[in-house]
This record gives sequence, structure tokens and C-alpha cells, in this order.
Amino acid sequence: MSTPTYNVIGTRPIRHDGADKVTGRALYGADLQLARLVHGAILRSPHAHARILRIDTSKAEALPGVFAVVTAADFPPAPADKIVDFGEGDTLLSSLRGNILASGKVLYSGHAVAAVAAVNAHVAAEAAALIDVEYEVLPCVLTAPAAMAPGAPILHDHLPNGNIAETVRYEMGDLAAGFAQASLIVERELDTATVHQGYIEPQNATAFWSTDGRIQIWCSTQGSFVARDATAAVLDLPVSHVKVTPMEIGGGFGGKINVYLEPVAALLSKKAGRPVKLVMSRRDVFTGTGPTPGSRVRVKIGVNPEGKITAAQAWLAYEAGAYPGAMVVPGAMTVFACYDIENILIEGYDVVVNKPSTAAYRAPGAPNSALATETVLDEIAEKLGLDPLTLRLRNAAHEGTRRADGPRYKRIGCVEVLEAMQASPHYNAPLPGPHCGRGVAIGFWFNVGLPSSATLSVNADGTVNLIEGSTDIGGSRASLAMQAAEVLGLRAEDIHPTVVDTDSVGYTGVTGGSRTTFSTGLAVHDAAQLVIAQMKARAARLWAVDHVDFANGVFSANGNSLSFAELAAQLGATGGPVSCSATVNPKGVGGSFAGLITDLHVDPETGKTTVLRVTSVQDAGKAIHPAYVEGQMQGGTAQGLGWALNEEYFMDADGDMRNGSYLDYRMPTALDLPMIETIIVEVPNPGHPFGVRGVGEANIVPPLPSVANALYRATGKRLNRVPMNPATILGL
Amino acid sequence: MKAFDYAAPASLPEAVGLLASQPAARLLAGGTDLLVQLRSGRKQADVVIDVKKIPELNEITLAPDHSLTIGAAVPCYRLTDHPAIRTHYPALAEVASWIGGTPIQGRASLGGNLCNSAPSADSIPLLIALSASAHLIGPAGRRSVPVEAFCTAPGRNQLAPGELLVAIHIPAPAPHSGAAYLRFIPRNEMDIAVVGAGASLTLANGLIAAARLALSSVAPTPLFVPAAGESLIGQAPTPAALEAAAQLAQAAASPISDMRGSAAYRRHLCAVMARRALELALARAQESK
Repeated sequence: MSTPTYNVIGTRPIRHDGADKVTGRALYGADLQLARLVHGAILRSPHAHARILRIDTSKAEALPGVFAVVTAADFPPAPADKIVDFGEGDTLLSSLRGNILASGKVLYSGHAVAAVAAVNAHVAAEAAALIDVEYEVLPCVLTAPAAMAPGAPILHDHLPNGNIAETVRYEMGDLAAGFAQASLIVERELDTATVHQGYIEPQNATAFWSTDGRIQIWCSTQGSFVARDATAAVLDLPVSHVKVTPMEIGGGFGGKINVYLEPVAALLSKKAGRPVKLVMSRRDVFTGTGPTPGSRVRVKIGVNPEGKITAAQAWLAYEAGAYPGAMVVPGAMTVFACYDIENILIEGYDVVVNKPSTAAYRAPGAPNSALATETVLDEIAEKLGLDPLTLRLRNAAHEGTRRADGPRYKRIGCVEVLEAMQASPHYNAPLPGPHCGRGVAIGFWFNVGLPSSATLSVNADGTVNLIEGSTDIGGSRASLAMQAAEVLGLRAEDIHPTVVDTDSVGYTGVTGGSRTTFSTGLAVHDAAQLVIAQMKARAARLWAVDHVDFANGVFSANGNSLSFAELAAQLGATGGPVSCSATVNPKGVGGSFAGLITDLHVDPETGKTTVLRVTSVQDAGKAIHPAYVEGQMQGGTAQGLGWALNEEYFMDADGDMRNGSYLDYRMPTALDLPMIETIIVEVPNPGHPFGVRGVGEANIVPPLPSVANALYRATGKRLNRVPMNPATILGL
Repeated sequence: MKAFDYAAPASLPEAVGLLASQPAARLLAGGTDLLVQLRSGRKQADVVIDVKKIPELNEITLAPDHSLTIGAAVPCYRLTDHPAIRTHYPALAEVASWIGGTPIQGRASLGGNLCNSAPSADSIPLLIALSASAHLIGPAGRRSVPVEAFCTAPGRNQLAPGELLVAIHIPAPAPHSGAAYLRFIPRNEMDIAVVGAGASLTLANGLIAAARLALSSVAPTPLFVPAAGESLIGQAPTPAALEAAAQLAQAAASPISDMRGSAAYRRHLCAVMARRALELALARAQESK
């Protein structure tokens, strides 16, 4: 198959939203000002597990400057067993509501209990402190193994199996026979701590509940339609009663899909009769939103003398936090997804604990399980005397490989990623000295499709307006405009992308699952094809011909030719404006593989790790805007390195987070990371017209095991807990 | 955060008078600790008295003998950028560049670091090692307190009601002396010391004539360990002698476990950081004239 050539795709234009963002003019939710706006504050539980005996809001309501106080009692009545589904799977309405404002019990320290709207944020905070809540404190349980143990405190009475909310099991081949064929079997168990996505912009929401019963919401969200649908579900309203305007977003990484503030701001607005703004503090973000699960994963792998895997077994327990949904299913689906293995058994447990209800975080669930698989493989490679990448190449998944959870891969780039790692200058360079180590690992993420919509309107000056509903977190305005420009034969700068509210564009799923450039890109591509078809018809009318050709931005027939801009200027005379929309729900999703090579140094006296050099390798399918692909790879790597080395929720025995600030949470700063080198691999996805796979997530899977393997080479120690921080490295 | 009044006296007498009339006032220099504490509710204030506008609190005075007086509100960046301080007090220039981060250093002061009296304060172990003293003024006049005696408990110090810090004074360094402060943080900036160590060393005829050592983050206050320095006096500056002094520092520490490190890890780091600080101070003493 010949490689297609592109005019725009693969170039690096300046992003359309760049000037506003670097000059501080871009409007984020906290910037929003409205007439008669009042400000809210949330009262949060100081206890990790307690029964709410009584809430007395009278003192708060009496404070001058207070407009409204709400609790869970202000939700409209609904049956206790009502199920809602807004595209994310079935959810119990009581669980959805329960995490937004606690009812009956609080399940984690930081759980929202009540909210206040007042003339300013300080009065609101003062009023929130005047709300008198009487608690009966209950014993708390903070880890999955403890929550699964007999006699553990039980969070939810409605779960049939104690704190185990869900079990998942994937089985393939004959496990016992596979292990019987093995000449070497390695089994290890590794824990990871709860970590947060660490987006820079705290959650915020402003709501106005109009007297006609309709609600307008302005917020920071990865998905305006999901925010709309979830808010409508929580408030028991038709979706058409809620309009969500997504403001600019300062990072999400999966953490800004769930709603926390939107329904509360709406309830406060209904009572206050004014628009109400809620903005979280950093501590609110840590304790009141969704981190990613802490976990325990046990992996056992057997190989024959040639290094071919004969059997693999995994046991996973993930902490869901307060409500079910720990991402253990994708953790289980990805644990052996990089390899072609006949005999597999995977068992996973979704376990509720007294911590914040977990949310998605960049390839959710996959880094936890890859940590175990990839460190076990490293140990096997060492014991067999094999290069760790060679061992992986001997087992790498390829087109036709069946995953344990069922599907067979179409064309994938696992082998190509491994080969690029092995051929990289980094992998072939010597380590700089003693106490240094090099580790490698790879990882997989599915990516998703989901619906997307786009509208393209041709302007008389030859430019095109692009209306879309994907909130732009990582440069998607640019990557979408470039796909439109490619089809239309224009420059990226000729396309003017705008992200609009939920009343102004067709349904569009979240910016998540690495789907925006793939799925919304497909909608843009299809809309652009419609534009070309209509433009051809206009040219045909102009020239009185039946057939018009279009190539390289020029319409032509029988010796006539017009550029896109020239024809655009004549649309008024040929039947009026051209505006085309497309909505897609694509099935041709292409999964992405990524690898990371890590060189690091460990100070043997202090245990401090210095990351010396890292190279991230990822199959992008086709890199629409290579600089933003590299940015995604660097971002996922930076987050993964922080997760591996220092980040964690440090909780005391009572479940109170003691490091809920960026001072003590210890995310890496610019001084803690080297320049992150990148190698983009391009194995086109046959399910997308330009071959796009999506690149937002797979890159965060390899850093945990890559660091663990490098630390082993530097220190001789195989650690069994992430973060592998200085004290852990020294065993202190 | 509750609303508070703000006052910005332009002279020391005005500040002392204001402070005497407002017992619930809080003093603000750079505000990099105070504003965070007010916002989080850890401290309350009816009045915040901004001392930045008082000329004497903004002066850096390097005397001909190289003794140094630093006004209580002098922001850190002025120490880092000061050519003579970089020459004569390289450790001080370094510590001023480590507190907080670059934007913080435009406001934060050593005086504020001292008066905040955190056990983890980066500047205090070095000031102790340099034999610095705190110059105070209050209703009863002026007095001077050695820095090692200034802090009394976490967040508490010798400042009496109505008193404020005017300046930090560092006596002239002896010939052939050097000082150093090193801290351990898991990251490379924007962090609080897990353990910090400040050291000074003076050489005479190839032997150690004077030495002082202090630690941060291992006791309720920054911890002066006189025995560590005394053990070195009269000794040749050998690795074994420095290690023995570091062991004495470790023995004096009483660290706790918290989110920044376990007691066992901190105890281990005490010896490492103390020895490394002594080594750096020694290297500087050997280079100095």
C-alpha cells in the first residue's frame, strides 16, 4: 500500500486558540462574570465514614449576605432504585446524587454535605462553617485488601458481596497446561497508591436556573453533553432543559468527565433566584473529586526456554473509592494486551473504600496492571539472559492476536513500537556511570469512538467556520481544523474552529478516550466531503457541466477552473450559502501501543532518584499535528514519572488526606524532568480516513514499570510499591 | 478568610505604636506564609500590619569587616542578586534562592522565615551556623537574641507582645571559614526540607578552630547541636572527624513521621545531610582567604 501524501496533515501550524491562551485572554470558568452573580461554598465531611444524624442550616441561613443553603434534601424526590444511563453505562441515581451531596452517610473525608450561596465567597465560606452537622463516626477502611477482608466496615448496604462491587473474569486456553509447559515461572505482587490527575485548573461551575425552568451552566468539563445529561439526570429534568456552555479547560486527563458542582450550583441558583458560581480550592479538588484507584495486582507468567510465554495469570483488586466503578475492568482487559498468549486467567475486583470516588485518569486502570506484567517480564528477561525488548518482541501482539477479553486485533503497531525502541539512539547509548539504571516497558490503550458532530460553513472570503462540541484540552481545534483543511484543499489557518454550547451543535461525546482527533475528526472529514460535493454542484451549475473535478483546492471541468476561495465568492449567485453538518458514531477505533525507555540515577545515601533521560515511543496511526502528538507523549510520560516516583494520597489512619496541596503532593516540576524525547511510530488505523488512532493515553502506561525496572538495574532491588520514593528505595 | 484591616506604617516608632494598640494584629512582610495561613484559616487577624514600607527593614548593610545586617523585610531575591553577598556569603545567597520558588522569592524574606518559626525553615540552620542574632524592637526598646534561642516551638518564638523583628545580624566571618546549608527534598524545587543541615567551619593552621552545626525538620524547632561543632574543634578536618560530628547531630535529632518522611528516614538523613553540609563548609573554608 502506498503512503498517501498530505498538504496539511503532518505539518505544525500554530494552534487557533494559542494567542488567546498565551496572552491571558482565554476565558475559563472562574473568569465568568454575570449580572447579579452570587458565590457558593461547599461544606465537606471531616470524617471518612460517618452516619449523618442531623443537619441544622438555620445559623447559616440567618447570616447576612446568604441567599441559599442546600443539602441532599433539596434534590427532587426519586425512587431509591432508579437507574440512569447517559452513555457511560447504568448508574444508580442514588449513587450519582450521593457523591454530589451526601445523604444518610458520608463515605470519605471531603464528601460534600451542604452548600451555600452568598454575596461573596468569604461570606459563603463563613456560612458553610455555621452549618451544624451531627455525625455518628463509623470505622473506616482505606485499602482494597483491607476492605475485602472478613469483618471490614461495610460502606453500602445494597451491595450483595460486602465491599466488592463487581468482579470480572477473563479466561482463555488451559492455564494449568500452559504453566506445565513453562521452564521458568515468575510471580510478583505490586501495590500502587491513590494518585490524582493533577490538572492545573480546579473544577468550577456557574449555573442559572431561570424562572421558565431551564438551566444554563458554564463549567470546566471534558464533555459538555455528558455534563448536561448528568446534571439533568441528577435533577430529574429532561436534557433539553439544561444548556451547558463549556468554558476553556485547564486540563482534565479524565477527571473532568464526572459532575460535582454543576447540579449543586443549579440547586443554589433555584433557591437564590440568581446565577451562582462555585469554584473549588486545590484541597477540594484533591478530596472532593475523583482520583485514580490505588491497587494491588498479582501477576504470574511462565515462559519456555526460548522466552515464549506459555501461560499468564493476573489477580487485580482496585479501590473504587466511595462508590462502585474502579476501572478494574480496563485494568484486567489491558494486563496482557501487549502479548500473544494462549493460556490466560484474569480475575479482577472492584472494591469500595472510604476514599474519594475514583474517576478516569489517562488510560484508566492500565498503568496499575502494566506495572505488574512489565516488571515480571523484566525479571524473566534477566533470568533468561535475554534483552528485555527481544523478550517482548518474541511475544508481541500482532494483527490477529486474540485478547483475553475477546476481540482479535486488526492492524496494530506493537511490534513497530518495540522495534523503534530497540533501534533508538537512546537504547544504544551507554549509561553515564555508577548507581544508574535503564528500564523499558510497553503498554496498550484501546481508545474509543463515541458520537461526534461538526458543522462547516463556507464564508464568502474563502475561509470556513468549523463549529464543534469537543472541548479543546490538547490542541484539538488545530487537529480538527487541519483535517477539514486537508479535505477542502485549504490552509489550517483558513479554518476557524469554535467550540460551542450543547444547544448549538449535534451531540458530541467527551474529550476523552483519545477519541477527539479520531472521532470528531471523522465528523469534520465527513462534513468537509459534503461541502466539496455541494461546491462541485455549484461549479457544475456555473459552467453548465455534469461533472466537476476537485484536487489541491481547485475545482475544474472542461478547461474551467476556480479555486476554493474564488468559488466561495460566487456562492451567493449560485444558490446561496453552503453549510454542511455531519454526525458520526464510528466503529473503526484503532488501539495504540506505547513504550518508554528510562535512564535514572539513584543517590545511594538518600535514595533520591534523578531521571537522566527518557524516550517515549508511540504508535499514533497518523500524526495529524506532530507537535501536539509529541506534547501528548511528553505529558503522559511526565505524569507517569510523577506517579512512579513521588505522588500519592498520604492518608492518616482516619482517612484524612495530609498532603492535599501541590506543595506536599509532590508532582514533578520542570526541574525534576529531563527533556522528554519522542519517537512517533505511524501504523495507520484502517478505520479512519487519515489513519488516526488517538494518542492521549497509551503513553502513561509504560512509565511505572519502566521506572521500576530502571530502579532495579540501578539498585539491585525489586520494589513492590509505587510510589518508589526515596524512603521506599532505602527501605525506611 | 474573614475580612481584616490593613495598616502600613512608614517608620519603626509608628509600627511599634500601632502594634502596641492592636494586640490581635499580624505582621506582614512578604506575606508568603501569612496570607496562606489566613486563607486556610490556620491563623486569624483583625489587622494586618505591613512592615515593608519601613526603610530600616529594607536595608542590607555590609560593613567594612564584612559583618552583615539584613532588614527583616528584605526579599530573598535581593540577597541572591547581591554581588558582595554572593562573594562573602555564598551559602546565604543559595538558601535565599531555595525558599519557595522564583515568584515567592520576590516577596519572601529571611525575617519572615525566621518569625514564621517553622521547624523546617530553610534559612534558620544556616543563620545559626553563622552565629546570627535577631534584632528586635518593642515597647521596652531594642534587644538582641541569638538565632539559636529565637524559636521556642513550632510557629512560636521569643517575640513578646508588641515586639517586631528589625533585622538579622551576622558577625564578620573569621578568616579561612566557610558555611553551607543543604536540604533534602524529593523534588528539585518548591518543596519543604525533609531534613536540612547548616554548617560553618573555621580553619587555623590546618586544624578546625571553630564549627557550628544546626538541623531543620527534625525537632520542634530548628535544632542547634553544639556538641557536633565542639567535637571538631582542634581536630584535623578528616572524613572520620566530619562523620563523627554528623553522628552527634543525628543523635541529637528527635524527628517525627509525617507526610514528608518517616522518623526513621529523617534520622538516617540527619547524618547524611550533616556530613555533606560539613564537607561543603570545609571546602569553602579551604578556598577562603
